[in-house]
Amino acid sequence: MSDTVALVDYGAGNLRSVENALREVGAQVVVTRDPAEVRDAARVVVPGQGAMPACAEAMRGSGVEAALREVIARGSPVLGICVGLQILFTDGEEAGGARGLDLVSGTVRKLPPEVRLPHIGWSRLAAAGPLHPIFAPLAGEYVYFAHSYAAPADAPGTQLTATHGRPFCAGLARGNLFAVQFHPEKSQQAGLAFLRRFVGVPACS
Amino acid sequence: MPAKRIIPCLDVKDGRVVKGVKFQNLRDAGDPVEAAARYDAQGADEITYLDIAATLENRGTLLDLVSRTAARVFAPLTVGGGVRSEADFVALLRAGADKVSVNSSAVKEPALVDRLSAVAGAQALVVAVDVKRRPRVEGRPTEWEVYVAGGSKATGREGLAWIREVADRGAGELLLTSMDRDGTQAGYDLELLERVAAAVRIPVIASGGVGTLEHLAEGLRFADAALAASIFHDGTYTVGEAKKFLHSRGVEVRP
Repeated sequence: MSDTVALVDYGAGNLRSVENALREVGAQVVVTRDPAEVRDAARVVVPGQGAMPACAEAMRGSGVEAALREVIARGSPVLGICVGLQILFTDGEEAGGARGLDLVSGTVRKLPPEVRLPHIGWSRLAAAGPLHPIFAPLAGEYVYFAHSYAAPADAPGTQLTATHGRPFCAGLARGNLFAVQFHPEKSQQAGLAFLRRFVGVPACS
Repeated sequence: MPAKRIIPCLDVKDGRVVKGVKFQNLRDAGDPVEAAARYDAQGADEITYLDIAATLENRGTLLDLVSRTAARVFAPLTVGGGVRSEADFVALLRAGADKVSVNSSAVKEPALVDRLSAVAGAQALVVAVDVKRRPRVEGRPTEWEVYVAGGSKATGREGLAWIREVADRGAGELLLTSMDRDGTQAGYDLELLERVAAAVRIPVIASGGVGTLEHLAEGLRFADAALAASIFHDGTYTVGEAKKFLHSRGVEVRP
């Protein structure tokens, strides 16, 4: 297993920003849609922009989903960002509904119409309980969001929440599977420091 | 609600800042990357580049600029100018832009807004709308007209109707410029901001007319974000000073 971060490329989006940020914190990055490369990597980042159904579809079609399940099962550190968090859930109501990977139980729903959508900008994170060291310094920090759908604030493993119309899951941890609804690659120093901690999580087993 | 955003905007042409940017104790920054990095360090919530030439020939220069910026600036980057197709849009996103703004091409072909919104989600698409006040008609509410080509060409379209249309078609944000106020430093057209903020449910970025920090506070009563050029470029205020002022006025800003 090589000591690289596989950055999963499954279509249009802000892949480049995530790649730049990972390199900035010293990671060796391979941008790939090849399931074998995903399997071989020490850690995996699943970025995401756009609609959850299209992303979930693209992951299934490319065989990356199976590779990702293996990587998670063996306990390698995995980080989902934005839609990369959403596709971990059972399903989502975007664009008529979509099946997720069901690694975390729950449904990703649209934020309430009383607030301006998309939720674009910097919102403050709140701790949902005792925090994993990777998340601890983020409690109370402003980070950058750009989304209209979100997972429930009481989703299993929720560590951080944010509020826009309603509280939602902004960060979760289950073993070595981490996911955030915000964009660490766009959250200046707070975001880079978080990515540095992710890259520093021991690549176990 | 997220914190109100302060967005320095750089007009670029052939990969350079059109008007130099002065920072305290620093030479003019003609390199947009240099300027963007300084604003990033000052705590700008986002950076916007508007390519004012945006010819087909200098497309590569713009992509190169976006790519160099994205490698150094870890704050959201919005890029506009000359986007006419899905291909232009995707090329900018892939170079490292987080959001792309369209203006004239959307007026020319409104369905472009629907198509671009479907490419990467509404949150990646900003529709810029430039408007000018129409002559006042006694007993009727104020009307604005949409202008394109950098505010030089009237379109005949009524502003609020067009703004509602682009929101319905899938714009993720609205970048609203008052041509009456742009460049005057006389403050935002607050009546326009209030009407637009009430007319749509997408975030509204106010632009055109900022001359003082007080103007920012006024605009942010209605808008979600304030885009400004000269007050920051002249070195009159840093982004940090602007935020301190806004905070003292009870406006929620990111420290």
